[in-house]
Amino acid sequence: MTETPAPETPTTGQPPIRVLIAKPGLDGHDRGAKVLARGLRDEGFEVIYTGLRQSPEMIVDASEQEDVDVIGLSILSGAHMTLLPKVVELARQRGMDDVLIAAGGIIPDADVGKLKAAGIAEVFGPGTSIGQIARYFREHARRRA
Amino acid sequence: MADLAELLRGAVAGERRSLARLLTAIENDAPGIRELLPSLFAAGRGAHLVGITGPPGSGKSTLVSALAAEWRRRGRRVGIVAVDPSSPHTRGAIMGDRIRMMDHSADPDVFVRSMASRGQMGGLAAATWVVAAAIDAAGYDPIVIETVGAGQSEVEIARLAETTVVVEMPEAGDEVQAIKAGLLEVADVLVVNKADRPGADRAARQLRAMLSTAGGRVARKPPPVLLTSATGGEGISALAEAIDGHRSVARLPDQARARADGQLRRALGEAATRRAASRADWTATVEAVATHEIDPITAAERLLA
Repeated sequence: MTETPAPETPTTGQPPIRVLIAKPGLDGHDRGAKVLARGLRDEGFEVIYTGLRQSPEMIVDASEQEDVDVIGLSILSGAHMTLLPKVVELARQRGMDDVLIAAGGIIPDADVGKLKAAGIAEVFGPGTSIGQIARYFREHARRRA
Repeated sequence: MADLAELLRGAVAGERRSLARLLTAIENDAPGIRELLPSLFAAGRGAHLVGITGPPGSGKSTLVSALAAEWRRRGRRVGIVAVDPSSPHTRGAIMGDRIRMMDHSADPDVFVRSMASRGQMGGLAAATWVVAAAIDAAGYDPIVIETVGAGQSEVEIARLAETTVVVEMPEAGDEVQAIKAGLLEVADVLVVNKADRPGADRAARQLRAMLSTAGGRVARKPPPVLLTSATGGEGISALAEAIDGHRSVARLPDQARARADGQLRRALGEAATRRAASRADWTATVEAVATHEIDPITAAERLLA
């Protein structure tokens, strides 16, 4: 067993960042999402994992109740152009303007600009390390008193 | 951070986002939260606090979801707090109880909140009871608190919940497991879940036999042992009845006093720790204990003097 590095000491510092990891749409597996959830746990995040086949409504409802700082959407199915902007739209309707919404999975480069224009903060493609994602979330998630 | 009193007003008025943000402030022990406690508890509506505990994998989350559906059919608004463990090394956590509860996510009359235990032992987080109080103020009743997957000694839930449901599963051990002290002793209702699996009837029989012969100095009516299959929806209605039926028992004066005693002792411990840790001589005292100059019990007495 290798010792897990402690990014923050357990008794000091700010409260953990809460992240909801969701799989919108009809993807058949969630291997990548689970690896990410585990990796973010080891980076000191509190990760709420909601499982497969979620509608944008379910994701936003869950995010609202959990008051997360970040919503991470993992999608492989190719339906990202319809589902991801819908999540952003619903979240903004609920007044969740300060929640960081990011995406990962199989998303062609040509779509990345459009997704960002629709309010997706960042798109992480295959090969992105957990460390990169963790750093991005730490730098961009809202922090609270 | 929005004004806490404003968040409480919003939560009481039924705004889910205000409630959610208030719960975060409670979890983080945000500045001003302690001053809010009197009005938070005063806004309570007396919801039935139900604890669900049992070993990991016994089906607690699925059972809670099935119970929520049953209570919704009876017109109740259900609050759920699901606690999962935090890593002692990184403070990180994965909370997966929602996976089994997503059926309810679009229902405005079910509120689900995941909590990481944040270093607290005993199957709950330190702030769980305040979180439950806030959900009570928002008008949900019953409020179900699902503990961290618990073994034999995580009995903390019984101090908080009015009705404690202990979930077991078939083939989880022999009769000696059932007569050991601990978790089973705090059950107000015992459930053998996964009743569709072989050995469920036998497990229920063994538990009943053990509980009915328990006598001696524990003058306690044996709790009912119910069989459920949370995935198949069997036994859920009977379980909801048993839990609802226990509400009036839980509110008998001696039971309420026993819980209050436990809660007060715990709050006292936390308050004393907070005060002692803010003293100027705290670090020196820790050092003295570390180097065996003084024993921790004597040191604690001095810090409280």
